[in-house]
Amino acid sequence: MPKYDFLNGNEAVAYGVKLSRPHVVSAYPITPQTKAVEKIAQFVQDGDLECEYMHVESEHSAMSCAIGSSSVGARTFTATSSQGLLYMLEGLPYASGARLPIVMMNANRSIATPWNIYGDQMDAMFALPTGWIQIFVEDAQEALDMMIQSFKLAEDHEILTPVMVNMDGFVLSHTYEKVQIPEQKDVDDFLPEIVTAPHLMQDENPMSMCISAGNKHNMEFKIKQHKEMEKAFEKFEEIDLEFEKKFGRGYGSAIVGYCHEDAECLLVTAGSVTGTAKNVVDKLRKAGKKVGLLKLRMIRPFPIKLLKELCSNNSTIGVLDKNISFGYEGSLFTNINSALKQNNHIGETYNFIGGIGGRDITPENIEEMFDVLLGNKKAEKISFYNMRCEL
Amino acid sequence: MMNKLNARNIDTQELFYGHKACGGCGESLALRLALKVLGEEAYIALPAGCMSAVSFIYPNMAFKNNAIITPFASTAAVTTGMQAGLKAKGKKNPLAVGFAGDGGTADIGIQALSGAIDRGEKFIYICTDNEAYMNTGIQKSGLTPYGSHTTTTPVGKKIKGNMHKKKNMFEIVAAHGIEYAATASMGYIEDFLNKVQKAKEHDGPSYIHVLAPCPTGWGHGTELTVEIAKNAVDTGLWVLGEYEDGKFKLNKKPKEFKPIEEYLKPQNRFKHLTNEMLGEITEIRDQYWDYILENWEV
Repeated sequence: MPKYDFLNGNEAVAYGVKLSRPHVVSAYPITPQTKAVEKIAQFVQDGDLECEYMHVESEHSAMSCAIGSSSVGARTFTATSSQGLLYMLEGLPYASGARLPIVMMNANRSIATPWNIYGDQMDAMFALPTGWIQIFVEDAQEALDMMIQSFKLAEDHEILTPVMVNMDGFVLSHTYEKVQIPEQKDVDDFLPEIVTAPHLMQDENPMSMCISAGNKHNMEFKIKQHKEMEKAFEKFEEIDLEFEKKFGRGYGSAIVGYCHEDAECLLVTAGSVTGTAKNVVDKLRKAGKKVGLLKLRMIRPFPIKLLKELCSNNSTIGVLDKNISFGYEGSLFTNINSALKQNNHIGETYNFIGGIGGRDITPENIEEMFDVLLGNKKAEKISFYNMRCEL
Repeated sequence: MMNKLNARNIDTQELFYGHKACGGCGESLALRLALKVLGEEAYIALPAGCMSAVSFIYPNMAFKNNAIITPFASTAAVTTGMQAGLKAKGKKNPLAVGFAGDGGTADIGIQALSGAIDRGEKFIYICTDNEAYMNTGIQKSGLTPYGSHTTTTPVGKKIKGNMHKKKNMFEIVAAHGIEYAATASMGYIEDFLNKVQKAKEHDGPSYIHVLAPCPTGWGHGTELTVEIAKNAVDTGLWVLGEYEDGKFKLNKKPKEFKPIEEYLKPQNRFKHLTNEMLGEITEIRDQYWDYILENWEV
């Protein structure tokens, strides 16, 4: 019998990590990630998880310890959020350049100033060019399952790339849901022990790591890393299919369409807002409107080809961003616009920005966005939702 | 306890060679000799700095050991991360060792070092102190001594060199209640080697702070490295001590100090010192020695 529990997103992550049997967990507390690292610590203190839990003095050291342990072939997890992610930013390209399969949970949270502990997705956008595979999850179950899947993805010797799993702060991290906890033996089957990659430090064949490469070699290292990241799409799908076979639930590719096949317009979402948007799509579909949704699960590497497959060439596309790149637009919008251009898409695109600093995005807001996409309502190229004053 | 190490019984195997350090480099000498004691099973971490810049240049690697360059601020974090990873993977008696310079230790790396010592797991940290940011071109660090010329504390018309005293990293580390800490000098190599050996035998964190002259940054002949490091001790400007079992111990008490000029004069970084400044340096030295003689085991 499958075991269910009533868990918040953080606890679900902690169970996912525990089931993945990491060798090392290094973490520094930051709201709203704390419950995840507390729960993992509880597992360790109770003897339910055997691992080296490193109580580091900062996020910079959380990532640096992870770099150290991963570079000797240990399965390694860390978690952070917001300012913490920004503080460890130096370590992100460092880890990916060294091809270290670290897995990290980032509880998406607003960036100061003004200070704010609530959820938006600004933090993750700072990490876009760092060479980490970036995944967004919709609910607590997906958060748990993606922990297990992410270790398998990161540690695959064809991938060897760190993975960051983004989970919306509070909306997911602190909200309780019914979550199925897989059996340990099934997870052990699915995710065997990590196999030390040949380029990592080991007794038998000592290695120099995180080397320097001058202008004669540096660009080749970087472009090779870039090219190899593309392999993640196929592996990501493959792992999910295997997961579905084993556990009876799967999540699909890097982008998952919902009522997209005959849709005249599509809304692109990432993270927990996807659930709300699906409800709105259902409602509008009942009213005969040809609307659809694209759930963006992976934003690095960016699934350009998949986007082409999922939307017809002339469909109107709206992108819901819970972030803003000051002085420009939402970052998902920039990415999707560029991908659409490469795909010779001719439909209009709109950017809807909402949820900043934990502001609600309501079903009514999303209905309004679809009104714009259906041409029933005029809007600027970039518009802001649920503002409390005129600007 | 092993026999005392000396020039006759030390391992002849070279673990660090073919690097591009300057002639007479005290830091690379410290690294090379320490590795003979630590052995080829030790996992080495070094931050961005001279030692990593001269030894990890693709495709030429100068370490026979497993070795990694760390982000500048995180020598101790990466070192303890390696230690934790090796331990969790079941390696018997893993040994991770961090080497960092004065800036990498006392300035940008002090937080990670403090956190790592606090966690209490075994690792060795060796600070190779050449008293300025040499890799970037001789800028002042928190361990640059009073009076020294650096490129960010030049001898100006108004201000003559560095006006701040050197941070006491040894006692800062000891204040953590660390298992073992020691100071050393490249002028007393056997003493240094045996301290590395002692650190290796301890179960918890240990720290060695070794004064390692830099001919390029200090402005002295490349043949004088060892002699200058020895004179630092003999003039009383650098102290050889240990912290063990919660107590400070003085290792070497010169009967009388050599004149400080013997240490300072061969170095261009001090050539501008006035008699008044020499007096201040003497005063800083004497105050510290008064404190040591009163509080340490002598």
